[in-house]
Amino acid sequence: MQQNNLDTAKKIEEQAEETVVTEPETTTKTHAIDMSGIIKPGVEAKLADENVCIEVSNFNLFYSGSQALKDISLTVPEKRVTAFIGPSGCGKSTLLRCFNRMNDLIDGVTIDGTIKLEGQDIFDKSVNVADLRRRVGMVFQKPNPFPKSIYENVAYGLRIQGIKDRRTIDTVVERSLRGAALWDEVKDRLDDLAMGLSGGQQQRLVIARAIAIEPEVILLDEPASALDPISTLKIEELIYELKDKYTIVIVTHNMQQAARVSDYTAYMYMGEMIEFNDTSTLFTNPNEKMTEDYITGRYG
Amino acid sequence: MKIQIKNWFDSGKPFVWLNAGAVSVSVVMVVGLIALIAVRGLGHFWPADVAVFDYYSAPDDSPVHLMGEFVDEENVSRSRAGNPDYEGDTIQRNLIKTGNRDISGLDFRWILDAGIKNESFPEDAMVVERREWGNLYGFLVSMNLDGKQFTADDELWPKFQQTITNNNEIFEEIRHIEKDLIGGINYKMERLRLKQRGLELKEEATPEKIQMLDDERKELQQEYNSYTGELERLYGILNGSSFIAKTAAGKEVKVDFAKIVRAYQPNAMNVFGKMGFYVEKFWEFLSDDPREANTEGGIFPAIFGTVLMVMIMAVMVTPFGVIAAVYLREYATQGPTTRLIRIAVNNLAGVPSVVYGVFGLGFFVYFLGGSIDQLLFPESLPAPTFGTPGLLWASLTLAILTVPVVIVATEEGLSRVPRAIREGSLALGATKAETMWRTVLPMTASAMITGLILAVARAAGEVAPLMLVGVVKLAPSLGLDGNAPFLHLDRKFMHLGFHIYDVGFQSPNVEAARPLVYATAFLLVVLIIILNLTAIRIRNSLREKYRAAEQS
Repeated sequence: MQQNNLDTAKKIEEQAEETVVTEPETTTKTHAIDMSGIIKPGVEAKLADENVCIEVSNFNLFYSGSQALKDISLTVPEKRVTAFIGPSGCGKSTLLRCFNRMNDLIDGVTIDGTIKLEGQDIFDKSVNVADLRRRVGMVFQKPNPFPKSIYENVAYGLRIQGIKDRRTIDTVVERSLRGAALWDEVKDRLDDLAMGLSGGQQQRLVIARAIAIEPEVILLDEPASALDPISTLKIEELIYELKDKYTIVIVTHNMQQAARVSDYTAYMYMGEMIEFNDTSTLFTNPNEKMTEDYITGRYG
Repeated sequence: MKIQIKNWFDSGKPFVWLNAGAVSVSVVMVVGLIALIAVRGLGHFWPADVAVFDYYSAPDDSPVHLMGEFVDEENVSRSRAGNPDYEGDTIQRNLIKTGNRDISGLDFRWILDAGIKNESFPEDAMVVERREWGNLYGFLVSMNLDGKQFTADDELWPKFQQTITNNNEIFEEIRHIEKDLIGGINYKMERLRLKQRGLELKEEATPEKIQMLDDERKELQQEYNSYTGELERLYGILNGSSFIAKTAAGKEVKVDFAKIVRAYQPNAMNVFGKMGFYVEKFWEFLSDDPREANTEGGIFPAIFGTVLMVMIMAVMVTPFGVIAAVYLREYATQGPTTRLIRIAVNNLAGVPSVVYGVFGLGFFVYFLGGSIDQLLFPESLPAPTFGTPGLLWASLTLAILTVPVVIVATEEGLSRVPRAIREGSLALGATKAETMWRTVLPMTASAMITGLILAVARAAGEVAPLMLVGVVKLAPSLGLDGNAPFLHLDRKFMHLGFHIYDVGFQSPNVEAARPLVYATAFLLVVLIIILNLTAIRIRNSLREKYRAAEQS
């Protein structure tokens, strides 16, 4: 099953490359992807006009001595989708995991600089990490439902908060599953084990689980990389719907996906933030040569 | 040829044969072991036919009239058989159970097969199981009920059986009164005595309090008196009846009905009758108290003691082992110290069990128990309460004996919980403790139970340490009864493993004890299998639930 997913993922990439070949070179810049169809016209977002949700300034991170993030500064705008792209090992996942302090769990991590959520430094001593993670939800690369029923998976966050009222939980579970576009598929088997769902359904269940506790930010760490194309499509549609209510940060390998779902895109390379801009600008008219090389497929 | 052999080796077939062979040998050994003890032990309860015959110890001797069950036979060389006057290089001799230990002194004897003449199986040959002196083999002559004499006629045997049944009911009633009711009163009296002694020690023994205790004592005494009246009446009925039996040698014996358990005529029984009898005997073995230095009756106290001890051990070892494993794996900083602790834990599993017994005796019984007695039970000193081997200390000793197994199994289970599941929980705002309780520990449950299975299997089979910390040959009362506080952790107890040792090697009556050794061993194995199967079922149902999560 997993192998299949990997295969399909590879196929998507191959198809993407094929697109490169068939694309006639009409403009001066050679694009790996035809952005004209993907980027929605009229979304001429301007970073300066947005409300700031997360502000990263001069942020450095070291894994027991070796530097993984170098002097990162950026602002994540509120209720928009921000994508981090870049080659493997460039630090985009590491940066994402800093937003809800998931890196605390790793031994030997030291940081320097600040990350502010709604103006408050999340690394401040007064911050309760559990509270922070309630405000900043996260969805991982591989679906990781708990070995419990579908219902209990979604109710997990509520139960952690001490909510016991059955009716409240029922309501939230239904709303979250509807919010994650999963309700119709599972409403008749809420008591079944979550492990019985397909990979795509599991991933949407995990998203439902994350939105059940009403976070402000949702972090998506390559949420579709283990999924087949149809499930990927569903997740992307879901992201598009969720951005009305939540600030979304997504890490992806897939540049088409970044282009399709995000309003803003950051390109990272070797722990450095090379360029951060609104998606259409970054993909059609990048400021940096390195960004251009990467998105045109000349990287490496 | 050489190449062919090389090809054969390269094909991997020899290796497959080797592995399959090892498995088959193991299976044959296990099945063989269980079959052997089952056959040897379970055959004991079958009512064998009783033969009556004339025995000539030499061809021209005068015969002896004998009666008994054939138990065993063997062929021995002439010289080993004591150079009898019969022909042949090897001589067959038979072991027969003749009973009547009170008359002949022995209830088993070896006789030469060639000396048996006029063998018959009369239907009226009777076996009487007595509470003392073992079985009686003979023929019923007459019986005497409250002065009324009944002699041989068609109605004698049914009346005889009816009397035994009635008397057994009365006997049960007497036992109930003596053991449960009067035993309860004695227990309460002892508590009152200790209470008074405690008050005296604390110098709070005011006349009012003493008066209260005396009043209670009077009440108990009255209750006791009412029971003794009833007991006298019952004993009167029981002792008023007796019967006369004639042995094969023609000697007449008078036996009180009060002293017999049951009587039967195996030669008159058909197969179904024997099966019914077998079930009855086997049930007695499972449910009754032992008699006659453990060579007769049942082994219920030993089964009960084993199960209770293992359960108390499980209740103590599981939380302790799990908590230790959780700390070691989840909270402790991994480094030289944790590595050292792990090595120590693993070595603990290899310490000979009798060493734990010595430790338990020195630390738990004398030090801990002695201190507890000083602090909590000064009124009963110098008689120890917890400062003597008992159920609690035996369970605790076995708990430290088995705790490494639980720790190792639980750690294994914890390490199998995927990181993704933990992160998923943390990312929802759960603290580490909440993640442990709600997700990690439930997923580890199957591993914990695996540890428990191994611990139980080891503890149930352990004998050596128990001999030092609480097991006895015969415990007068069970660890669990109707007297508050119901669970008596200070009491000594019986144990199947020790029972096997005791019956097999400490018994005066070797031949009578041998089948019981096998039967008890069989029961011990069955008990361990049952305990294990229960735990395995629980584990499998848990594991089924979490398997999918562990693989992701």
